[in-house]
Amino acid sequence: MSVLQTLIDAVALGTIYALVAMGIGLVFGVMRLVNFAHGELITAGAYALVLTNHLPLVVSLVACFGVVIALALAMDVTYRPLRTTTPTTMLVTTFAVSFLLQAVALLAFGARGENANVLPELNRAVAIGDLRIRWVTLVSIVVGGLLLGATAAVLGRTDIGLQMRAAAMNARTARLLGVRASTVIRFAFLLAGILAASATVFLTVQRPLVTPSYGFQLVIPALVGVVVGGMDRLVSATLGGFAIGFAAAVLGEVLPADGRVFLDTALFLLVILVLLVRPSGLFTRSRAAWERL
Amino acid sequence: MRRVAVGSQLLAPVLALALVGVVGSLTSRSVQFQFRFALVMATIVIALYVFVGNSGVVSFGHISFVAVGAFAAGLTTVPEALKLSLSPDLFPVIAGAEVGNAVSLLLAAAVGGLFALIVGGPLMRLSGLSAGIGTFAVLVITNNVLRNWEAIGPGARTLSLVPETTGFLQATLGAIAVAVLAFLYQRSRFGRVLRASSDDTAAAEGAGIDIYRQRLLAFALSGALAGFAGGLLVHLLGSITTQQVYLDLTFVTLAMLVIGGVRSLWGAVVGALLVSGVNSLLLTAENGLDLWVTDLTVPTGTRLVTLGVVMALILIFRPRGLTGGREVTLGRS
Repeated sequence: MSVLQTLIDAVALGTIYALVAMGIGLVFGVMRLVNFAHGELITAGAYALVLTNHLPLVVSLVACFGVVIALALAMDVTYRPLRTTTPTTMLVTTFAVSFLLQAVALLAFGARGENANVLPELNRAVAIGDLRIRWVTLVSIVVGGLLLGATAAVLGRTDIGLQMRAAAMNARTARLLGVRASTVIRFAFLLAGILAASATVFLTVQRPLVTPSYGFQLVIPALVGVVVGGMDRLVSATLGGFAIGFAAAVLGEVLPADGRVFLDTALFLLVILVLLVRPSGLFTRSRAAWERL
Repeated sequence: MRRVAVGSQLLAPVLALALVGVVGSLTSRSVQFQFRFALVMATIVIALYVFVGNSGVVSFGHISFVAVGAFAAGLTTVPEALKLSLSPDLFPVIAGAEVGNAVSLLLAAAVGGLFALIVGGPLMRLSGLSAGIGTFAVLVITNNVLRNWEAIGPGARTLSLVPETTGFLQATLGAIAVAVLAFLYQRSRFGRVLRASSDDTAAAEGAGIDIYRQRLLAFALSGALAGFAGGLLVHLLGSITTQQVYLDLTFVTLAMLVIGGVRSLWGAVVGALLVSGVNSLLLTAENGLDLWVTDLTVPTGTRLVTLGVVMALILIFRPRGLTGGREVTLGRS
């Protein structure tokens, strides 16, 4: 396995994590809420793909995006009473919602796992010189990158994006200036839903076996990446998500075969190290943001 | 009068735990386990409370102290031959160690406390979400190492045939002892200083308080109590795997604490006992519940959903917890 091959695969995994991380970062920005249940958006999308497997691809994709966006907007409504509580309560509540949705999935689909066989042809590889790159890798990088760019453009170039950035910077002042908190938060959940649904499609191509904890297993490292990158800015949160996916993929290649079971240990030691050296985030500039927390 | 009122704050949690112990021991053999389990869960939640409640910092890492406590107590009370058949690579020190029940519990507390002190050393410099993620990293690493390093434990296999010594006496007294220690700490100079510093970090530092040292002290004490609770747990179950002391337990104990009310010992006890109670009821219902009038049997899997709904509803509509973070007093305090 050449170095370049490893790097390309790592970038692809990093991009998927970045999509998840950006969704978490968007919601955190406008309402200071870390949504553990973000993973269940992905799980829901994956089960939507499972259930529509026999139908045409377009129907599957529409179902996936529809279910994920609907669930994201439902989360917005559910979390509404939490807006005035402490970060601890918010965190544990979203954890409880995640637990609940996983229990529902377990009840509905069982623990065994279902096959979401979408776009299997993307698993074929193309040979470029010595490299063997699967289509899904390329599609993840290109489409994922475009989506990240598009979201950034929405935030940078549109009215609602400006309002979101204002709310993320200082929610109270933004409201005094006429930004409607509910609108901004709903829009953040909507964008997070779209990003999560896209991540779902890329992910199910590579890992078709969907279990009730499908999204949860992805969101934990993404969340860690968000905090390591720096929660206070969307860019740093997204980069953090990318970094953790990238690091996981590279460590998986670099570690000797008998040490690979200790991948998590290596990854999370790295996390602790980064947190100690840069507690406000790996990709942030100042300490000020951190001290507010 | 004030002294009486303060003492009475301890009375309610201790009485509640004692009540569960006494009532539980009078029930039929089949449900006794549920009561003992509730007491051990309460012990874990109180241990968690000592750090989270007083410092205001969330820890996702406490179950790793429960885990090392459980494996320390378990491995030192299982016969050597059995240990080596499970895990031939075990360090001779661990394989040869064999102690009694009481010593194994103290050992669990010592191992938990020491481990917390070591990881808390660097981690207590963090605050807010960084601290949360840092402690979570400890949880993942502990699980990963315990599960894969067969020189210190059974690895992914089940450690079984641990003496089941956590009967009602041990469960009740253990829980009460931990509650008393938590209360003494909370009323001590250290506990008050830490609580004050969590209310206003800047003012506390201005008053010359070393928040780092206070947090570390609370973390180590809390880790020791969690280790002890792990010892109680392994002696209750008679067997343990690394997955039993990982994410699910972390989530459930944190939810219990927040549901009861993070800021009070009473909240920790109420949350743990109440959620355990609901869980046991649902568990019984899944196996067929005789409701005097009619037999009610709900399908398997409903328990987790109902438990999730109950927890989410309480958290969303009573975000300060059922007790609102207050202690119970006789007089007006």
